[in-house]
Amino acid sequence: MSFYIVQFLTGLASAASLFLVASGLSIIFGVTRIVNFAHGAFYMLGAYVAFTLTERLSGTLGFWGGIVGAALIVALIGVIVEMVLLRRIYRSPELFQLLATFGLTLMVEDLVVLIWGPDDLLGRRAPGLRGAIDFFGQAVPTYDILLIVLGPVVLGLLWLLFRRTRWGVLVRAATQDRDMVAALGVNQKWLFTSVFALGVFLAALGGALQIPRDAVNHTMDLRIIVDVFVVVVIGGLGSITGAFVAAVLVSELNAFGILIFPKISIILVFLVMAVVLVVRPWGLFGKPEAAARQTPGLSVRPWRPLSSNERLAFIGALIIAAALPLLGSNYALIVGAEIAIFVIFAASLHFLMSVGGLASFGHAAYFGLGTYGVAFLAKFLGLPMIVCLLIGPLLGLLGAMLFGWFAVQLSGVYFAMLTLAFAQIVWSIAFQWVEVTGGDNGILGVWPAAFVATPARFYWLALFVTALSVIVLRVLVFSPFGYSLRATRDSALRSEAIGLNSKRIQWTAFVIAGTFAGIAGALFAYLKGSVFPDNAGIALSVDSLVMVLLGGVETVSGAVIGAIVYKALSIWLVSYTELSKLVLGGMIVLIVVAFPKGIAGTFGNLVDSGRLPFFKRALPRASQAEGAE
Amino acid sequence: MKLSVSALNSYYGPAHILFDVGLEVDAGEVVALLGRNGAGKSTTFRSIVGLVARRDGQIVFEGTDVSKSPTHAIVRGGLGYVPEERRIFTDLTVEENLEVGRQPARPGAPQWSKDKLFTLFPNLAEMRNRPGGRMSGGEQQMLTIARTLMGNPSLVLLDEPSEGLSPKIVEQMAHAILTMKKEGLSILVSEQNLHFARLISDRTYIIERGRICYSGTMTELESRPDIRDAHLAV
Amino acid sequence: MSVAPTLLAVEDLTKSYGGVHAVRGVSFSVAAGEIVALIGPNGAGKSTCFDMLNGQKTPDRGRVRLLGEDITGRPPRAVWRLGVGRTFQITATFPTMTVRENVQVALVSYANKIFNVWRSTPDFERGEADRLLELVGVGGYAERPCGELAYGDLKRLELAIALANHPRLLLMDEPTAGMAPRERIELMRLTARIAREQSIGVLFTEHDMDVVFEHANRILVLNRGTLIAEGSPDDVRRDPQVRAIYLGEGLVYDARHREGAGA
Repeated sequence: MSFYIVQFLTGLASAASLFLVASGLSIIFGVTRIVNFAHGAFYMLGAYVAFTLTERLSGTLGFWGGIVGAALIVALIGVIVEMVLLRRIYRSPELFQLLATFGLTLMVEDLVVLIWGPDDLLGRRAPGLRGAIDFFGQAVPTYDILLIVLGPVVLGLLWLLFRRTRWGVLVRAATQDRDMVAALGVNQKWLFTSVFALGVFLAALGGALQIPRDAVNHTMDLRIIVDVFVVVVIGGLGSITGAFVAAVLVSELNAFGILIFPKISIILVFLVMAVVLVVRPWGLFGKPEAAARQTPGLSVRPWRPLSSNERLAFIGALIIAAALPLLGSNYALIVGAEIAIFVIFAASLHFLMSVGGLASFGHAAYFGLGTYGVAFLAKFLGLPMIVCLLIGPLLGLLGAMLFGWFAVQLSGVYFAMLTLAFAQIVWSIAFQWVEVTGGDNGILGVWPAAFVATPARFYWLALFVTALSVIVLRVLVFSPFGYSLRATRDSALRSEAIGLNSKRIQWTAFVIAGTFAGIAGALFAYLKGSVFPDNAGIALSVDSLVMVLLGGVETVSGAVIGAIVYKALSIWLVSYTELSKLVLGGMIVLIVVAFPKGIAGTFGNLVDSGRLPFFKRALPRASQAEGAE
Repeated sequence: MKLSVSALNSYYGPAHILFDVGLEVDAGEVVALLGRNGAGKSTTFRSIVGLVARRDGQIVFEGTDVSKSPTHAIVRGGLGYVPEERRIFTDLTVEENLEVGRQPARPGAPQWSKDKLFTLFPNLAEMRNRPGGRMSGGEQQMLTIARTLMGNPSLVLLDEPSEGLSPKIVEQMAHAILTMKKEGLSILVSEQNLHFARLISDRTYIIERGRICYSGTMTELESRPDIRDAHLAV
Repeated sequence: MSVAPTLLAVEDLTKSYGGVHAVRGVSFSVAAGEIVALIGPNGAGKSTCFDMLNGQKTPDRGRVRLLGEDITGRPPRAVWRLGVGRTFQITATFPTMTVRENVQVALVSYANKIFNVWRSTPDFERGEADRLLELVGVGGYAERPCGELAYGDLKRLELAIALANHPRLLLMDEPTAGMAPRERIELMRLTARIAREQSIGVLFTEHDMDVVFEHANRILVLNRGTLIAEGSPDDVRRDPQVRAIYLGEGLVYDARHREGAGA
């Protein structure tokens, strides 16, 4: 019995850091509407800086001064990031900020290795709290007791801050309508900066407080960010009490899951999250997201089928791409095939995200299922490649049918987080079910059939499937189904009022997107010759998001361009520099600032302004002054 | 002159919305900006307080050119703005909504306290701790005006205060506006309801397609059915 | 007046939120071709009432019948398929599509072609879409992005969308809000004409008494969730209780109305 109690206390202690980081994320999201992907990076920085400070400063005061000092220093870095980067992109399309903060995360990951080295660092223990308290014969570290007390204290302080101070009232007001706060004489720039600083401070403090318990290393950012997303979603975005309760819940699940359900310990948390979201779509303490206020006078360029010139350009590009084997090396062809596969992957997410308005954070799940579908068929049943390619993606389809049904019950950030959770479930199954999937060792030896065994032939196969997929998806966009899907995205109210069954339409779109991701995965398995859990991993899901956002969410062709640019860039960088993440992250950040509408969106604006006459088309423009109010 | 706007041009993206708009409001005056939907009334207001992406021209408020200032600075200078969509903070209580609007008192402008506002809008006094989201449209409209008055402005821009309100509440609104005027507040109000504008305003401008096309006293407009017909679609 | 058969019959409609009655025991009916106004102070329960009629909300108690068929609690899309069109207080259209495409989506839905994946929507029943746009007077804007339309034209577009499924009943929530006086009259005349020609029943809420007194055949007055008066415009205008809680002293609307109803 006492063993379980101690386990419970350990869970509570872990909850403290998780709560600090999660509440910071929640506060930042509430006011700025930014899902701060870099929050994990700030947490990690907090730990590293605290490590350095506590090594240099001595005594009790030195230790605690180091912890708090580290949080303050990182908060200052956060302020600089907010002022230099985020302030430029608050008006950018939703999720664009996510891209920027993702770029930032990449940069930080390389920077910490550059500064502190790649090895784990063991931090100092807290002076005076090195011992343990005997608890019915079991030892509980004194430091854990401190953390257990700290959680509720911070919760109470935050509550007072938001309920009892003018700053808190302003922040809560800005959470709802930031322009109105400015129209009442409040300088929202500084309000945003201070909120961001507080959020980063909490994250960094969470990281700093971990050093006596855990080794500091350069992967701790991604490990915590997933947990934090889960906590914030279970608790309800914007609710600090919710973040606290969920942090405890998640930490206890982690503490006991390993004892009670060792087989499914990793997915337990995600299962709980999925259940919570299906039962309470806005988390335990959250409120429904208010519909975004439509900016007046914002006219969107309606999508058009390709003009004949654009069709020519597309065919031309395809011919040039098909001629690559005449010029390129085998390496170039393999890279080319990989890029082509990622074009399908990005285009499938684009269909869900841009046409359907459903931003999935876990699209790699269906890509990964496609790879395993092929691997199972090829290895266990020994089916020929063509059959595998045709049937393998069906695993992606089935996965999308199952998960999609739950996911489309939600929308917005909650949809994003639930899809992320489902992707983690897929990843965990692939990782833990060693007997079938080979676990981390993967499934090897998935080789293409003889007729496409040369790089050139495989490249042509990939290019053919890609062209076909892109064309099919494009036809879909302009079909009655595509319009119905866009209708549910534009106005749920109006869609239902003209007889459209939104959930069914969105579910169908989810399944279509999942199937095409599965097709991409199937090809990918043959390209690599092997299949690993990471084919369904978070990194890949984020890659797909980056490709779509980079290309431009508001355009039809953005995903294709985004995939080519991003994939080519990342492959090239990995081969040319040691610091590929730093450079790639930096480039993403630069692109976000330079092309706030994505590459294709910026191109479209150039066309509109008449600077690219070849692509010009007759679009009736409204006379001025109308409909602007 | 309390507020003087001249040669104001505004744009939404590539669209040119306001063309050389000019208007003036004297101290203690209630001026109505009339025009149909889409004529540019709200854009004029949003431009004056700096809520549009791009504008140029001169906006002189109490002798200072504020055309380059950010929104919060203009509002802090004593120019209050009540948007047409009300934009109450629905999660905040009535008192908290008022707190967001609170600014220090300034000389030469009528001073408001919560209690004084509760006298002006008695309905609000009964629901101090009610969240804004649980109020009726009329109550929200009163709260949004009270919230702006908490900033102790010397001039208020009221964007379509009668829109979507029942006739009886509109009458109450007219009384409140006249009381505000009596306190010494200058008011620029946009309206489509001519009956309402007639009750409260001294002078009027008519805006159409982003241009001011008529200005005069309310009594003059009464005697010009041709103008009303041509520009207001009455 | 109403010789036409009963189109919509509402009995004892009741809905409460957290113990507060938003709508309590409301009963009324609308006949085919009849234009009925639902008026009352802000917060009287008009919107809740409307939402229960087209299935946006489910009543706690009471029945809604359309041509005798019980439609209580059916989702909005099912109610639409039975011939109930709706326009919203704040226009709800598809801003990223052209004006014509907005109507075409409704036509796609009416033709049950939602899951068709190969036809081209921009060519889908173009003629019918243009006819509807023409009918409501925005035919000239068919190719425009819907987001660029002036407010009054958006309201017309909403009407065209609502007419795409040949409705029997139109529910219009503050149809003329935010429009200039003449635009209001024009839109309501148009609605009245279409209602008469196609024998559509119209139920609308409105704060503009000029519009209500001019166009409604019958007026229902709601206060604190209950019907407190019902009758012809003249009856309602003279009702002292309605004056006290809603109409006020008549300072803010045109008091000199013609007797009778309709354009």
